[in-house]
Amino acid sequence: MILVGERINTGFKDIKQAVLDKDPKPLQAWAKKQADAGASYIDVNLGAVSMKAADMCWMIETVQAVVDTPISIDTNKPSILAEAIKACKKPPLINSTTAADSKLDQFLPIALEHNASIIGLAIDDTGTPKSADKRVELAATLFAEATEAGMPPERMFLDPIVMPMKFMQEQAMEILEATKQFTLLSDPPPHIICGLSNISNGTTHKKLINRTFLVMAIANGLDAVICDVLDPDLTNAAKTADLVMNREIYADSYVRE
Amino acid sequence: MAIPDIKENWTNRINTVTIGATAEQGGTRGKTVTVGGETTLPSLIFEGEIPHRPVIAGMVMDVVPEDWPDMLKKAIGKEINSPTEWAQKCVQDFKVDLICLKLLGADPAGKNRSPAEAAKTVKSVLEAVDVPLIIWGCGDEDKDNEVLPECSQAAKGENCLMGSVTETNYRTMGAIGTADKHKLIAEAPVDINIAKQINILLQDAGFDLKDVVMCQSTAALGYGFDYVYTIFERVRIAGLKGDKHMALPQIANVSQEVWKIKEAIVDEDILPGWGKLEKRGPAWETATAAGYLQAGADILTLAHPDSVSVVRELIDEMMRK
Repeated sequence: MILVGERINTGFKDIKQAVLDKDPKPLQAWAKKQADAGASYIDVNLGAVSMKAADMCWMIETVQAVVDTPISIDTNKPSILAEAIKACKKPPLINSTTAADSKLDQFLPIALEHNASIIGLAIDDTGTPKSADKRVELAATLFAEATEAGMPPERMFLDPIVMPMKFMQEQAMEILEATKQFTLLSDPPPHIICGLSNISNGTTHKKLINRTFLVMAIANGLDAVICDVLDPDLTNAAKTADLVMNREIYADSYVRE
Repeated sequence: MAIPDIKENWTNRINTVTIGATAEQGGTRGKTVTVGGETTLPSLIFEGEIPHRPVIAGMVMDVVPEDWPDMLKKAIGKEINSPTEWAQKCVQDFKVDLICLKLLGADPAGKNRSPAEAAKTVKSVLEAVDVPLIIWGCGDEDKDNEVLPECSQAAKGENCLMGSVTETNYRTMGAIGTADKHKLIAEAPVDINIAKQINILLQDAGFDLKDVVMCQSTAALGYGFDYVYTIFERVRIAGLKGDKHMALPQIANVSQEVWKIKEAIVDEDILPGWGKLEKRGPAWETATAAGYLQAGADILTLAHPDSVSVVRELIDEMMRK
């Protein structure tokens, strides 16, 4: 399971303040905690705090000063991406592009030049899809264009777009169905990822819903997730699901007690 | 129609492990041996990297193994009576890459030699040859818990490969490996789940898996061989796919097992129609080694000089671009 740690995001007050004050400590503390918990990538999100690429580079360098986990560059602005990617010591994960032509044309060359992996969201100019079929159509477009441009399938992460269950309950099944169909796009299939916390948006039992949905998504072929890697109930459920899917070899101590 | 590209793109590299330490590295070895580092399965040099060739460890014991056939003892020569001379012959005449010293004499069911005696043998073999050393206990866990710490100390700084770590002794072994700077063999009883478990336990005890070689136990006949072959392969594939607990070099203790089975030690008088033991014995050892090479073995222990020379040619062939 590829785990992307979501905590270094200016949506969190402590990170926002740290970026404004250029205080490395909170970023580094969260980076270490997430790396220790087994994060495969540390997501770094500048959000709306600043429009300056230099601030994003500062965040990445601050994180890399204490962990050697690769970075997930969380931005939708090509200008910031182009600078941020140069600050990465290891090939990063780009989070994210969409199926819209203009977006792909800008993101793909940068990803290819730096051997980066890239998340492609099943969204285009017309917005978020409502059905599994539309999601598959967009993902197939993304995948075809990226591979044609020279992107190897193992560096492609497709995201079916998770919607809040509380407000769009009928969407969860469409997302799971889309996930299953994404696995048929190539052999071996591309990675399938989602931003997990959206599923529990506005609910009371967030952790339980996140965990349950993650396990069901894994059963349908999901193999990567952007989530709270510091929730052991969540990551242990994911590890167990990986065993059930026969993706990992069982050992008695496969989770930390 | 174009031929489709069937190359696999594995995401992970098998750990690289170096055995032995030269004078500059704090030991007295004339050379070191490095194994692992693969990014593909055995032989598939068109697909990925196999930076280090599999190596042959010449099996040497501190006592003459009583159950070995006379044919084998004769092939090794009178030097079999002295571990130092035996080791020297392995290096000079048989041209092995390193020595595997098995401390059979410590076995309570046999000569029951003391830890001090075992440590003395280790020291004398280290003085007699300058290749890296594998030190393997007698197999009786309680006795090995006394013997291996002393031998480890006697070989301190030589960066030996010591075996073996099990589910019960991993704390002791991890501690001596760290204290005396040795590499370790993690041994599982033909069980891939236990193999992974031992590695997790060793790691949790603070020992770096980059200093560990895995042993799946070794079999030399029938479905035992089949099981172990499959485990070697599954471990390697899991390691190449990114399972850090499985991305370790592997050792096949071929000589230990081959010279126990009837098919490799009994002559035509008892097995009519099976051909002369003189040929069949080393052929069996060679065939067993060849199988494990294909499955992903990085280190093989061998005893018969003919096996050593043929397996070396096989390895040459596997590495040819």
